[in-house]
Amino acid sequence: MTGTLFRRVLFGLVALFMAAPLIVIAGVSVNAQRTLVFPPVGFSMRWYGSVFTDAAWRGSLTASVVVATLAAALAVCIAFPLSWFLWRRHAPWARVFQMLGTAPFVLPPVITALGFLAFWTTVGAYGQPWTVVVAHGIFFVTLPLVTLSLGFASIDRSLVEAASTMGADDRTILRTIVLPLIRPYLISGFAFAFVLSLNEYIVAYMAVGFTLETLPIKIFNSLRYGYTPTMAAVSILFVAVAALIFGLIARFGDLPKLLGAWSSKD
Amino acid sequence: MRPEPPRRIADYSPLAFPAVMLTVFFVVPFGIMVMVSFFRRQQGGFYTPDFVLESYARFLSTFFGGVLSFSLGLAACVALICVIVGFPFTYELARAKRWVQVSWLVALLSVLSLSEVIIGFAWSTLLSRTAGISNLLVWLGMMDKPVALTPNFGAVLTGMVYQAFPYTVLVLYPAMARLDPTLMEAARTLGSHPLKAFLTVVVPALRNTIVATFIMVFVFALGSYLLPQLLGRPQHWTLSVLITDQAVYQSNMPFAAAMAVFLVLVTLSLVGLALLVGRKDAAT
Repeated sequence: MTGTLFRRVLFGLVALFMAAPLIVIAGVSVNAQRTLVFPPVGFSMRWYGSVFTDAAWRGSLTASVVVATLAAALAVCIAFPLSWFLWRRHAPWARVFQMLGTAPFVLPPVITALGFLAFWTTVGAYGQPWTVVVAHGIFFVTLPLVTLSLGFASIDRSLVEAASTMGADDRTILRTIVLPLIRPYLISGFAFAFVLSLNEYIVAYMAVGFTLETLPIKIFNSLRYGYTPTMAAVSILFVAVAALIFGLIARFGDLPKLLGAWSSKD
Repeated sequence: MRPEPPRRIADYSPLAFPAVMLTVFFVVPFGIMVMVSFFRRQQGGFYTPDFVLESYARFLSTFFGGVLSFSLGLAACVALICVIVGFPFTYELARAKRWVQVSWLVALLSVLSLSEVIIGFAWSTLLSRTAGISNLLVWLGMMDKPVALTPNFGAVLTGMVYQAFPYTVLVLYPAMARLDPTLMEAARTLGSHPLKAFLTVVVPALRNTIVATFIMVFVFALGSYLLPQLLGRPQHWTLSVLITDQAVYQSNMPFAAAMAVFLVLVTLSLVGLALLVGRKDAAT
């Protein structure tokens, strides 16, 4: 079958291209010596250890995880009531807020970053650690917004009608019907926002670049003083975390469906 | 049950928090940015409220023209390569077994979510003299001694294609997944060679999707701000890099803001065009 052969060759080449840089940094990260050489000389896992034992790297790791958790939570807190309202009520003008939620994701990231830099400077909060949480929360609101809109669209409205006829108010409907059905979409929206916030550089840099080093900022700052195997180890950890989280979403959810609707939101 | 229009004030209550947050932290910052682009720059990184077109006037310089045309050209190259490779790839992906599809989607999402810092670091290592791909060629006896393949234009282009490729596939995926499989079957039954059927049936059926994807990837590539710095030389800097540089290192907020406003206008008109074109495909 020529079709299958073509598919195999194409998939193989793309896989090689996508994996090549990751293979090299994985090799570099287990070097026994301090310089970056490939193929690796000796084998050592100490660079992975140093991500957690070195005070500076551990500080960045903690900062990144805290920021990503809070920002993803904020994004969900904004997206949930919005998508609930859009689903529950017929109010076309409220779509404006949906557009506002999508805009930062469509525009080049540097725009949002610069907007926040100007904003925090103007209100005098520039450099405060919490500003990056707000910035990321807004920047990534698109992701829970998309997954939740999709989730709401999949809810059978007759369930809500039945509950409503039997006297349930909005609060009861939300708690007993909507939340259990929407939970997988809520979790994947949170997870998408979390992973992207963990990796985000420019918005974080312009908000708190000189006061708080998140991991991407720390890696970038370290690049100027030369490459170390620790950076490679951190990078591999990032790839692993992302693959693990998306793997879990695929395992417990319907990833093709989730992505199939991703761009049909427009 | 059809959604009811809100009647009482209380019906609007779920909207309150999202509306306030998005207005205060997106619309207002955006507005401030637009205002700052008209402010007058002072020595030492400060700016005073004013209404001058000084920052916009700098667009007319040959330097800015050079950066702009380089950014657009680079983004176009990236989008072209991504669509040419991504289109047949996504077509095959959407027809592969479900577990193959899911594995690829997980892998592509993982790469897509990677920080530009990490992608830049990984590629500059891969293309470096000490740890790079040239060592492999030396080992295979195809080269005499390892060479550095970065910084140059090829390195920037490779890095950006790497970053944009997963995005391209994910933009194409929904249309490909929904493409009517009988189209291809009909062509094959009538005796068409698979390649010919692909080129004469699938490609024309998704013509508008291809154009819309090209534009979306183009916009995505315009946003790349670290790869040109990490993998290229200053002459390979793009508009996004220049905005960051002016805002952070040159402390020229008005000029950075003016360039940002310009970039927004370019982006929005392109996205509008993509939406307009993307709607038209009937075959999906």
